[in-house]
Amino acid sequence: MDITVFKSKKLVVVGLVLLILIWLATSPLYASSSNIRLLSTILMYIILAVSWAMFSGPTGYMSLAPAAFFGVGIYTAAFLYARGSPLLPLPAVIVAACAISFVIALLVGLVTLRLKGIYFAIFSFGLIVLLGLIVQYWENQIIGRRGQHVVAEGTETVFYVMLAILVATLLVAYFLRRSRWGMAMLSIGGNEEAATHMGVNTTMVKVFTFAISATFMGAVGAIMATRWIYVDPSTAFNPMYSFMPVLMAVFGGMGQLYGPVLGAAVFAYLERILRREFPAYYMIVFGVILIIVVLFLPGGLVGLIPKLRDRLRGVIAKLRKGGQTEQHANT
Amino acid sequence: MPILEGQGVTKNFGGLAAVSNVDFHVGQGEIAGLIGPNGAGKTTLFNLISAAHPLSSGVIRFKGQKLNGLKPHQICRMGVARTFQEIKLFGNMPVFQNVLVGAFFGTPTRISAADAAREANQALEFVGMSAMTATLVQDLTLVNQKRVEVARALATRPELLLLDEMMAGLNTAEVSEAMELVTKIRDKGITIFMVEHVMKAIMGICERVMVLHHGEKIAEGTPQEIVTNKEVIEIYLGEETRAAS
Repeated sequence: MDITVFKSKKLVVVGLVLLILIWLATSPLYASSSNIRLLSTILMYIILAVSWAMFSGPTGYMSLAPAAFFGVGIYTAAFLYARGSPLLPLPAVIVAACAISFVIALLVGLVTLRLKGIYFAIFSFGLIVLLGLIVQYWENQIIGRRGQHVVAEGTETVFYVMLAILVATLLVAYFLRRSRWGMAMLSIGGNEEAATHMGVNTTMVKVFTFAISATFMGAVGAIMATRWIYVDPSTAFNPMYSFMPVLMAVFGGMGQLYGPVLGAAVFAYLERILRREFPAYYMIVFGVILIIVVLFLPGGLVGLIPKLRDRLRGVIAKLRKGGQTEQHANT
Repeated sequence: MPILEGQGVTKNFGGLAAVSNVDFHVGQGEIAGLIGPNGAGKTTLFNLISAAHPLSSGVIRFKGQKLNGLKPHQICRMGVARTFQEIKLFGNMPVFQNVLVGAFFGTPTRISAADAAREANQALEFVGMSAMTATLVQDLTLVNQKRVEVARALATRPELLLLDEMMAGLNTAEVSEAMELVTKIRDKGITIFMVEHVMKAIMGICERVMVLHHGEKIAEGTPQEIVTNKEVIEIYLGEETRAAS
C-alpha cells in the first residue's frame, strides 16, 4: 500500500511539473511582452540558483563563482554572436558558452578545490574579479574599444532558450541528486576525509560537479547577452550574479531540489516589485528578509513545509482528542 | 608472503620524525596489534598505509603491490579499509546511507544499486546495527557510531582492516563485545591491524603486537612477550630505578 501511495505522489509531482512547464511554454501566446521579460529574468535566476546548489548544496563548498561563469557565457556571446558579424548560429553559441564555461571551471577546479571553507569562497569570488579584469585589459589594450554589441534576439526567443536551459538544468540536477554521484557529493559534504578513504574519488567528483554546474551558468549568460545587446566587463562580471543565486538558494532551502527553484522564483519576483515600489529601500528589505530566514528558517522556505504539516497534524489531533473528551464529558 | 609489509617507512613533519625507519609486516588472516604511548606515531603509520599522508621515504606493499603514490580512494578499492580514532561518519546522512557509500565506492568494480544495498544491509547486520538503519548518526551512542564505522569499512569488502583505537571510550562490556566483533571479522577472512590502548583487548585477541615509541619500532612479538619486555615496561611505567628511588 505504501508503494501505491508513493507512486501516486510521484505521479502528482510529475503532473504538476508538466503543468507548470506547459503553462510556461504557452505563456507567450497570451502574456504581455513585459511579463515575458519578467519570466525570463525569473528563469535566469532559477537556473543560476539551481546550478549553484547542484555543487555547493551537497558538498558544502561555498562557491561565489556563478557570476564568473555567467560572465564567461556573456562574453562568449560577445565574441561569437557580435552584432553585424555573428560567427555561429544562436544554438551553437549557447553550446560554445557551455563548453567554454565547463573547461574554465575544470581548470579552476583542479587548482582551487583543494582549498577548504572560507578560502575556497574567497578564491571563487576572486575569480569574478580576475576574469573581469582580463576581459577589461583585452578590451582596453588589445582591441581599444570598451564594451561589445551582441545580436539582439526577440523576447520570445530569449524566453524559449531560457526555458530549454532550465529544463536541462533541472533534469541534470534531479539525476545528480538521485545518482551514486550525488551520494558521493553528499559524503564529501559529510566528511571529506572519510569519503576519500571509503573509495570516493573526491577530487574528480568535486571538479566535475563544479564544471557541470558552471556549464548552465555559462549558457544562461550567453542568452542574456542577446537580450542586453550591449555588454561590458562591469555588467558581465557583476558579483550580484553570485550573491543573488546563493541568497535565493538559501532562502528557498537546499534540502530539496525545488527549494532553490522556489527561492529564486519568489525572490526574483520580489525584487521586481520592491524595485518598482521602493527603489530606494529594496536592498534594505532584502537584507531584513534574509536575516529573518537565516535566523528562523535554517531549512529555508522548503524547511517550513514539514514544520507546518506537523503543526497542522498536531492541531487536527488535538481537535479530535478535544472532541472525544467532550463526548466523554457528555456521557 | 605477508598481506601488508613496510620497509624503512619514514614520515617527517618538518623537522619532526613522526615515524622513522619502521619495518613491519602483517600476515594474512592474523590480528596484529600496534601499541605505544601517545604521540608514538601509531595513527601516523595508519595514515601512511591508507595514504592520507604521503611517505617521506620507504616502501609499503599490500599483497606485494607497492602503495607509494596511490590516492586514499585507490588504496580502499584495492582492499584496505579503515576506521578513525575520532569518529568520521557522514553527519548529513542516516546510518544506512553511511554504509552504502562504502558499498558503492569501495570496490574496484562498479556495483549495482541492489548489490550495494544488500552489501550495506549485510554489513549492518554483521555489526548488529540493522535495527537502526534510518537513525541519523549523530543521534547514536559512541559504541554504535563505532559499529557504523566498522560496517562502513566492511561494506567496501576489504581484505585488510585497519582499526584505529576502536575500544577507546567503551565500557568493559562494550570492550568485550568489540573484541568478539573483531574476532568475528577475522574469521570472515579479513586480516586485522589494530591500534589499541586497551591492553585487555590486545592481550585477548592479538596474535602479534608491535610497539612504537617516538616513531621507532622498539619491540615485536606475542602479547606475552611484549608485556614482559623490559623496554616496553620502561616506556609505559617509567624506568625501574627512577620508580624505586
